[in-house]
Amino acid sequence: MTDSRPVLTMTGISKSFPGVRALHDVDFRLFPGEVHALMGENGAGKSTLIKVLTGVYGIDEGTIALGDERVAFSGPMQAAAAGVSTVYQEVNLCPNLSVAENIFIGREPRRFGAVRWGEIRRRARQLLARLDLDIDVTAPVASFSLAVQQMVAIARAIDVRARVLILDEPTSSLDAGEVAQLFRIMRQLRDDGIAILFVTHFLDQVYGIADRITVLRNGTLVGEYPTAELPQLALVEKMIGKELDVLERLDEHPRRELAALEGGTPFVEVSELSRKGAVAPFSLTIHAGEVVGLAGLLGSGRTEVARLLFGADRADRGQVAVGGRPTGLRTPVQAIDHGIGFCSENRRAEGIIADLSVRENMILAMQAARGWLRPIPRRRQDELVDKYIKALSIRPPNPDVPVRNLSGGNQQKVLLARWLITEPRLLILDEPTRGIDVGAKAEIQRLVVQLSDGGMAVLFISAELEEVLRLSHKIAVMRDRELVAHLTNDDTVDADRVMQTIASGSQREEANQ
Amino acid sequence: MSTTSLTTGPSWAKVPRRHVPVLATLALLLVMYGIGVSQYRAFSNVQVVFNVFIDNGFLLVVAVGMTFVILTGGIDLSVGSVVAMTAMVSAWLLQSGLPALLVLVVALLIGPTLGFLMGCAIHFFDIQPFIVTLAGMFFARGMCTFISNASIPITDGFWTTMSQYRIGDPRGNFVSVSVLVAFAVVLVAAYVLAYTRLGRNVYAIGGNPQSALLMGLPVGRTRIAVYTISGLCSAIGGILLSFYTLSGAPLIGVGMELDVIAAVVIGGTVLTGGSGYVFGTVLGVLVLGVIQTLITFDGSLNSWWTKIVIGGLLFAFILLQRLIGIRYK
Repeated sequence: MTDSRPVLTMTGISKSFPGVRALHDVDFRLFPGEVHALMGENGAGKSTLIKVLTGVYGIDEGTIALGDERVAFSGPMQAAAAGVSTVYQEVNLCPNLSVAENIFIGREPRRFGAVRWGEIRRRARQLLARLDLDIDVTAPVASFSLAVQQMVAIARAIDVRARVLILDEPTSSLDAGEVAQLFRIMRQLRDDGIAILFVTHFLDQVYGIADRITVLRNGTLVGEYPTAELPQLALVEKMIGKELDVLERLDEHPRRELAALEGGTPFVEVSELSRKGAVAPFSLTIHAGEVVGLAGLLGSGRTEVARLLFGADRADRGQVAVGGRPTGLRTPVQAIDHGIGFCSENRRAEGIIADLSVRENMILAMQAARGWLRPIPRRRQDELVDKYIKALSIRPPNPDVPVRNLSGGNQQKVLLARWLITEPRLLILDEPTRGIDVGAKAEIQRLVVQLSDGGMAVLFISAELEEVLRLSHKIAVMRDRELVAHLTNDDTVDADRVMQTIASGSQREEANQ
Repeated sequence: MSTTSLTTGPSWAKVPRRHVPVLATLALLLVMYGIGVSQYRAFSNVQVVFNVFIDNGFLLVVAVGMTFVILTGGIDLSVGSVVAMTAMVSAWLLQSGLPALLVLVVALLIGPTLGFLMGCAIHFFDIQPFIVTLAGMFFARGMCTFISNASIPITDGFWTTMSQYRIGDPRGNFVSVSVLVAFAVVLVAAYVLAYTRLGRNVYAIGGNPQSALLMGLPVGRTRIAVYTISGLCSAIGGILLSFYTLSGAPLIGVGMELDVIAAVVIGGTVLTGGSGYVFGTVLGVLVLGVIQTLITFDGSLNSWWTKIVIGGLLFAFILLQRLIGIRYK
């Protein structure tokens, strides 16, 4: 299946940024007709390697060869013209333009300088048919789901007679069915002889599709392995570079015993809260020291519940009581005053201020809570920041680095630290482990356990059932923007049962009540 | 569940959302015209419509240039001053005895040159278009008074011919040369926006500049191009204005940039970029023109009522854009 000669060879690649050595002497090969997974923790250098390859960054040292020819691309356009196309995690399309135009813009077929719209539509339909996608190519891209947009981006990428297709975290916002569809397309493209470089954090997906795996750690190459010869645990070990104690400890972590908290006054008691078009009326109680998991598919209304609780969206109906007293949580400021913190799912847009340093980002919420007239003494700042850099293993462990120079997972940790510093009584974590690696994931999970042992209430939102099951005392299941079931996480509850509840909905609820 | 079942919305929604603002403007224009015809007998005269074009030909040309800029998500505040400067330079050069053709060429070069420089400043130094074109506005206005504090009359033969030449039908209805020039500009602009790579890149940048960059589109070149185009349109507008007034006056067109922006927005172009049509801009300019005509016909109303009505309309149209949700960010 694989050709003996690599289509792409990167040799001895090094790249540094101020304060961060992103890549050091990394080799990478890609063969035609293979899916090659690039694995590593956050900050291991995966994104940097891709950006170096496509010419977004220049390289400090090393060479890149496409076939036998040495190349140094000046940017994604030139790389694409040479047959190296990239589809990024954040789908880069123009939302206002039609599907067809998004596929062809920049290289539209023309006659006498005039764009041939009919030809564009025809070719777009043809191309999408190859991906088994039958959509109206004249509709604006913004009117389609993220999954379809991703397919459109892939269609754009492969149309330039790509030899190398780079998929940077393409699955992080897709649901299971959409992932299956993407994989079908990837296999098809692979069989056509395209070399696919696949970056993901989902280990299962790697074993589902990749032929070969290259592992990076801290900007250096750990090794290149055929997937069949690298068991999953060994892969994780290579990624995090230490014995599997972290993971094992986590797996051995006893199912969280039921806290005998039910008797006391709940910290938050929600009754029949709803917002039209966002989420149907739901009730929820969260006690101090309790972790409530919110399970459900992408788009089932989990984030909407969190936003209502935090006052980021206004509820149409329903009451919220905090500490037994009815409260109108109408704005985030009120929520924060009541000791509620919210780590949003969308860290880039809603959380991190990229130009400020790690220290400044962490201190932000606490300073806001204290008021600007009472600056936090520098020594106290250092104490707090150092504590959380250590506790969360933020890399690089330097409080003065601008957050933009950190990897995605480390940015997430900084955001988490920002809320932890304010010592909230209820912390809402919306997908805190999405898009971050196994090691960091384990750290964050452990942290949640510690926090709840210390008396903090946690609303834990995640698409990954295993971690919801592992951490939660109670599980609320969302389905189609409705809270369909409250499960107490005891011996009778396992992933299958939660799945069934998600699938079958309200009958389960009755069975539970 | 397969993605093949995904569609863009209910099938009864035949009118794409992005066309709603233009259709709203068209409806508004027809209503206003209807009011005029029902209230004033002379309003139904075809020449009334022609006069709207004659009086606003230069405005239309400038608004077309502004449409390009706003489609990329930018703004150009310098247009009014560039119009005045072009008229001023033409009058001044003609007064000093240069041949009309040479004056025309020089005058038509100044605007795009300034636009090009502003575009370069915006792109290479990554400065807000608002502030760069504000600087351009002050510069061009300053140049006007630098040339002369007083209005300079134009007596050149070519200019007076252009000013007085009437293209009409046997019944005596006519349009001026400016109107034909304006129509030509509109047609060329519509073609460029719909059928050339430059035009499509303009929309792409307005939709999402980061994506456009990562899709390999020439973002910088396109940005510079739209300000150059706006400069060229302002220059043409300035020439047409000098045909119309047969003079160059240092303080003409003060605040015109705001009328132009209002016309473009009322014409359905979204201020954040990426959505809008030249046809809409034509309608927007006509709306402004018809309001003026209505107030003139009434005779008892202060001309400032024009501004009040435009203000109200502008607000209503921005609300409309918000309500139908033409914003992709």
